[in-house]
Amino acid sequence: MAELYELTAAQIADTLAKGEASAREVTDAFLARIEAVDPQVKAFLAVTPEQARAQADAVDAKRRAGEPLGPLAGVPVALKDNLCTTGIETTCASQILRGFKPPYDATVVSKLAEAGAVALGKVNLDEFAMGSSTENSGYFPTRNPWDLSRVPGGSSGGSAAAVAACEAPLALGSDTGGSIRQPAALCGIVGLKPTYGRVSRYGLVAFASSLDQIGPMTRTVEDAALLLGAIAGHDPRDSTSVPRDVPDYRAALTGDIKGLRLGVPKEYFAEGISPEVRERVLAAIEVLKGLGAEVDECSLPSTDYGLAAYYIVAPAEASSNLARYDGVRYGFRTDKIGSHVELFERTREEGFGAEVKQRIMVGTYALSAGYYDAYYAKAQKVRTLIKREFEQVFARFDAVVAPTTPTTAFALGEKSDDPLAMKLSDVCTIPANMAGIPGLSQCCGFDAQGLPVGMQLMGPAFSEETLLRLAHAYEQATDWNTRRPKL
Amino acid sequence: MALTPDEVRKVGSLARLALSDEEIDRFTHQINDLLDQFARLQELDTEDVEPTSHAVPVAALLREDEVRPSLPREAVLAMGPKVDPWMGGFIVPQVIGESQ
Repeated sequence: MAELYELTAAQIADTLAKGEASAREVTDAFLARIEAVDPQVKAFLAVTPEQARAQADAVDAKRRAGEPLGPLAGVPVALKDNLCTTGIETTCASQILRGFKPPYDATVVSKLAEAGAVALGKVNLDEFAMGSSTENSGYFPTRNPWDLSRVPGGSSGGSAAAVAACEAPLALGSDTGGSIRQPAALCGIVGLKPTYGRVSRYGLVAFASSLDQIGPMTRTVEDAALLLGAIAGHDPRDSTSVPRDVPDYRAALTGDIKGLRLGVPKEYFAEGISPEVRERVLAAIEVLKGLGAEVDECSLPSTDYGLAAYYIVAPAEASSNLARYDGVRYGFRTDKIGSHVELFERTREEGFGAEVKQRIMVGTYALSAGYYDAYYAKAQKVRTLIKREFEQVFARFDAVVAPTTPTTAFALGEKSDDPLAMKLSDVCTIPANMAGIPGLSQCCGFDAQGLPVGMQLMGPAFSEETLLRLAHAYEQATDWNTRRPKL
Repeated sequence: MALTPDEVRKVGSLARLALSDEEIDRFTHQINDLLDQFARLQELDTEDVEPTSHAVPVAALLREDEVRPSLPREAVLAMGPKVDPWMGGFIVPQVIGESQ
């Protein structure tokens, strides 16, 4: 029999419902697994065993009493450390938030608690979710479980590595330019960035508010459907969350994709995409065709401009959002205090890491008097072009399929001194954020070095059911998701 | 139109970052590299294109003007790096009467 920590969330829920294990046993199995492998993987910034055991015991007590239980009752989950958790340190992997214990829970955190999930702790990220390798963490880098000398991707690298290493069956990530899908691809798991507005951002520490979205990171498509169902929905505390019913996402996993129209945008297979990635994704498209999908080429001509537009819009919003870190109300404060301006300048200089400072600088410049039209206004117009092109393509297709990343996982340190090369790893994922549409990454094979390759499905706004249906059918027809890294 | 180190220093001051000389030098290079990339956007004709600020329509929401529970003062003060619990406030350097 499989170890408890190897089970998927759906299997855990089933095992618990049948009384074959208690929530406490499941939680202890994952805590032991974390203790065994996390010294190598370094996914967790903080493990919270006391809280986890208390939540598990509460689920067991309810079950014994015959009380109604939520859909994730007793299922462990890891939380990206940019999600606020009451009384539990929330750092965004930044020194400037060292010691910050929020006085409230993010809406997704309280929704998970209502669903009965057991929070195991907080996982690593690039500082303030800015980066593509988790090397920008202000604490330590996380490693890729498939090859410990390589990065797990980012910014949700801790979430991806924890799930790939079976330290948690479920994790939440956030995705501003690919931060769920890119690490999911590099770690060989499922990552879903929902439609902008599908999930409340209340209590997600803001990076770029018009792009940020929280989503599931799991080992199976069914688990992604389960987790999305638990966190989605309108929230009066987030005025950008959309009042729209939450469907039963698991019901969409019919296995039948006959007649679904799939577009293959040629720009996503252009130069810069490694031959091995291109080959594996094209092979996966053949599998989808074999399952009855109708596949045809399409074009998204502005794809190439997405990266530049994103690196104006996201830093501009970040420079404004991160103005709140001033050493007065929470987090770190410099001890070299002179005037109040010096207090702000020294606190921010000492508290932020290099990548965050660079983005604040770019954003401040792009928004400064005289440059606004040339940069920010132009980028917002390009954003409209990207959005329109997707709308035109989705008039003909139910979804498009493309690589998630240009390459498989790169070595630690390989791109950390070359910000442009690092940013290029998000070229395939950025457009979905700019257009606000959902995107899902799943494993579609391995390269010659045994590293996972990610395939990305994108669809029109609120087409999560279609994406999950396609991904599930593909997953059933292949066995990539049953492979495990050796740790 | 490359940025000079002095201009980068000025942006740093707008962003309230006390950057070191080494950082000024590094950011001058990095930001100029990015600006070269941004220049490509000028290739696109956006003459009659409306800007998109949010991908989904966002409307200002109104609610009834009713009193709702908020965080207790102590919980908020507990987060501060330097507070005066007796006065019930955050301690900051003198602001009024300064030249800056």
